[in-house]
Amino acid sequence: MKYIDEYRDQHLAESLLREILRVQTKPWVIMEVCGGQTHSIVKYGIDRLLPEGIELVHGPGCPVCVTSLEMIDKAHAIARRPDVIFCSFGDMLRVPGSQADLFTIKSQGGDVRVVYSPLDCLTIARQNPDKKVVFFAIGFETTAPANAMLVWRARRENVPNVSVLVSHVLVPPSIAAILQSPQNRVQGFLGPGHVCAVMGMREYEPIAARFKVPIVVTGFEPIDLLEGVLMTVRQLEEGRAEVENQYSRAINSEGNVAAQKLIADVFEICDRKWRGVGTIPKSGYRLRYEFRAHDAERLFEVGSIDTKEPAICISGQILKGIKKPHDCPAFAGACTPQHPLGATMVSAEGACAAYYAYGRHLDEVSA
Amino acid sequence: MCLAIPGQIVECFDEGEMKMARVRFGGIVRKACLEYVPEAAVGDYVLVHVGFAISRIDAEEAARTYELLAELDQLNELEAPEPVE
Repeated sequence: MKYIDEYRDQHLAESLLREILRVQTKPWVIMEVCGGQTHSIVKYGIDRLLPEGIELVHGPGCPVCVTSLEMIDKAHAIARRPDVIFCSFGDMLRVPGSQADLFTIKSQGGDVRVVYSPLDCLTIARQNPDKKVVFFAIGFETTAPANAMLVWRARRENVPNVSVLVSHVLVPPSIAAILQSPQNRVQGFLGPGHVCAVMGMREYEPIAARFKVPIVVTGFEPIDLLEGVLMTVRQLEEGRAEVENQYSRAINSEGNVAAQKLIADVFEICDRKWRGVGTIPKSGYRLRYEFRAHDAERLFEVGSIDTKEPAICISGQILKGIKKPHDCPAFAGACTPQHPLGATMVSAEGACAAYYAYGRHLDEVSA
Repeated sequence: MCLAIPGQIVECFDEGEMKMARVRFGGIVRKACLEYVPEAAVGDYVLVHVGFAISRIDAEEAARTYELLAELDQLNELEAPEPVE
């Protein structure tokens, strides 16, 4: 496929690796922000191809992983109701709440449906006027335009039986939280390409300046990731801390202005609790009051739910780049993708699940 | 989750008030909403995420940056040490 195959070229990858080796003189710790990037890096073994002094740590950018247990339990409480058709992206179905996951709820008779696009919920709602159709609106800024459009159209087209359970998270506050941590090790970032396709790059400039870290907005294919690392290492070696764009074929500094406008019309910024990390101020979106008729949290009055994460899980430290999956005593033993104990194992894009999927838990056996 | 795939627009059409397109990804054609990239036309490549085109791929920019990479490749080729026998 065009714009994919050529960015997986082995020859070019070898060239970029040689160039990274040539440029690098000191050890550096670089974090890739997005879970899609983590998945690619582990899948292609990019972290292991890099020179020894360059360490990639895996960031908090998997929205499925960081959706709080409370929010998942709220979703499950709604999905169990007989008057509800609960719609979700497929990634959320296996994520365990305190008691079950959406698959189990479906097997017990709940009407749980996977949708390709949030707009599918409008069709489902029209076909089922006697049911309440609830969409689990999770995601980073990349997904916000799609989720905003569902709400906006539901109001405009007067589809009263559509609502959304919003658990949106934002990248810049999470990066700032990582950099503010006294244990921070991260010296440079591969920025999230598709988040920036929507939001542009400008909101990263104050972060790069304040914390003196290079942020290179990067794509998702192996060549993109290697070039992103090269650009970050160049900045670090030269003592620069700028926002640069590796992914210029898909993004510009303004982002998608039309999408930003609809996001601002539908959502407002709020504090948000991140699984494994805790509450980060101003790190999420919630629906504006004008759209309350489509706000599932208001409509279903699912109050505060008390939850407790397993004490052994170190996903919070993994999400901040302080630890790696292998540092966890439960990794690949008590905690697997079939029985995840915490954030970084619950979705394929989580660091622990990616390490497990590509056999990294077998390393010590084969070494 | 933030996966967005580049696909080529094969048809544009309206669905109610919404601009929509059929987009080809390899052998698969799927519907996508074009409201956020209304300037995109048949033949263009767009990045599609959960049924929405979120950005149009700039073919010239892609060609330009890829050429730079290819230059680096050739340069490296020249500088690469001779294989040790």
